Amino acid sequence: MNRVAVTGIGTVCALGNNTGEFSRRLFAGDCGIQPLIDPGDPPYKFRVGAEAPTFNPHDHFDEKDAGLLERFAQFVTVAAREAVKESGLRFEGELGDRTAIITGTGIGGKASEQEGYRRLYQAGDPRVAPLTIPKTMTNAGASRISLEFGIQGPTYTVATACSSSNHAIGQAFSMVRSGTVTVALAGGSEAVFVDGLLRAWEAMRVVSSEPCRPFSSTRRGLSLGEGGAMLVLENWEHARARGATIRGEVLGFGMSSDAHHLTQPCLSGMAKAMNWALRDAGVNPEQVGHINAHGTGTQANDAAEANAIRTVFGDGTDRILVTSTKSMHGHTLGAAGAIEAVATLLALERSEIPPIAHCDAPDPECKLNVVTGQSRPARIQVALSNTFAFGGLNASLVLACMP
Amino acid sequence: MADGQLDTLSAEVIQVIAETQRLPADSVTLDSTFEQLKIDSLDGINIVFALENSFRIEIPDDAVRNMRSVRDAVAGVSRLLSEAPVQPGEP
Repeated sequence: MNRVAVTGIGTVCALGNNTGEFSRRLFAGDCGIQPLIDPGDPPYKFRVGAEAPTFNPHDHFDEKDAGLLERFAQFVTVAAREAVKESGLRFEGELGDRTAIITGTGIGGKASEQEGYRRLYQAGDPRVAPLTIPKTMTNAGASRISLEFGIQGPTYTVATACSSSNHAIGQAFSMVRSGTVTVALAGGSEAVFVDGLLRAWEAMRVVSSEPCRPFSSTRRGLSLGEGGAMLVLENWEHARARGATIRGEVLGFGMSSDAHHLTQPCLSGMAKAMNWALRDAGVNPEQVGHINAHGTGTQANDAAEANAIRTVFGDGTDRILVTSTKSMHGHTLGAAGAIEAVATLLALERSEIPPIAHCDAPDPECKLNVVTGQSRPARIQVALSNTFAFGGLNASLVLACMP
Repeated sequence: MADGQLDTLSAEVIQVIAETQRLPADSVTLDSTFEQLKIDSLDGINIVFALENSFRIEIPDDAVRNMRSVRDAVAGVSRLLSEAPVQPGEP
C-alpha cells in the first residue's frame, strides 16, 4: 500500500478564484454569502447565495472554449489548472497513462439544458442547440481536463449529490494507494445558480432566507453556493523522488449508505462513514483534532451530525475543534467535499481552524466544540472532512498535515 | 369563520392530504396526526405544495415546521385565507 500525498491544490468559489484568495478570506471569517446577483422574478424566497461573483470565464478561456464549457466544467478546469501548476507535474509518456481524473458533480450542466427547454416549451422552437448534450454531461469537466493535459488514464465522474466530490477524492485516493495509478486529479464542482434549479431548491424548503448559520440554535436552513476544487493526489515516493512540495496526506476514506430515508439524515449512517474512515486510515479517534463538518445549517442535519460525531468520538468530542466552512462558501453540493477538503488541508497546514460565520448562538443540543467568531490557532495532525448526501450517501475523508 | 365554512374547508384539506398521500379519503380525519398517517418530512413538503395550489395561498416555512396534524393544517390554511388581502370590488 502506498502513502498518498497531496501535491497540488486548486480552488474556485465565492471566496476567491484561487486557493490563495480562498484561504485569506476563509481564515478571516469573511462570508461569501451575499444578496443574489439575479434575485429571480418573482423573487426567490431566499435572497442570498454564495455565487462566485468575480469568476469571469473569459479570464480563463477563449471565446470558443468559454461557450463550449458550462460553468461547472469551467470551475473544475480552472481548479485543476491551479492544482497541476502547483504540483509541477507534466503528464508526458507513461505518467499520462498512469494518471487518473475523477471529478464529482451532483447535477452537471443545467444552464444549457434549461435554455433548450426554454426554446422548446416557451418559444415553441423544436431546434435545441446542437452541443447541449456534450455541454451538460456530468463528465464534461473531467473530459476537458483530460484533453487539456493529455492525461490518458482512468477518467470518470461520480454523481452522489452532496457527497459527489468526497466520493471522487476517496476513489482517487484508493487508486493511488493501491498502485493502480501514480497520480490522480480529484475533486469536483457545481454551478447551481440556474433559475429552474433554484426554484426546485426553493420548493424543498431547506434554503435559509438569510446566510446559513450551521450549528447555531437560530439556524433556518442552508445557503446554496457554487464553485469547484481539485487536488493532485500523488504516490508519496514518487512525490518525494521528484522533490515535490507535499501539502498534506490523505490517510483514509470511509463511506456508507443509510438505507433509511431519501432525505432525512441518519445518525448511524453518518457514524459508520466516520468509523470506516478512521479504520481505513489506521487512526484512533483520539488522534483526530479537527472536523470540517457537513454542517449544512438545516435543523435535521446539524443535530444528527453532532450526535453522530459524539457517537464516534465519545467524551473525546469535547476537544475536537469543529467548523462548517459552508457558513462562508455556502453549500456547494457536489463540490462540497472538494472545497472542504481544501479548507481542511489548509487548516492543518496553517495550524488554524476557520470559524463558523454567523454562529452567534451555538445550539446546546449540538454538543460540539464549535469554532465561532474568529479562526482559532491549533496545531493538529489529523482531521476529518464529512459529506452526507440526499439519498443517504455518506463519505468521510481523513486528512493529515506534513509531520 | 362559521362552522359550515370550516367544515367545508376541513373536508377540502382532508381531500388534498388524502390525494397527495394516496390514501382513502375516509382514512383521514380532522384528528389524524401526521405521524399516524405516516407523513414524513418529504410527504409534508408535497402536502404543503398541494395545499398552496388548491387554496392559492403561500404557506411560510415557519408555519410548515409547526404543522403536525390535519387539524393544524386546517387551522393554518384557515388563518392564511383570512389574512389574504381583500380583492378590489369585494365587500
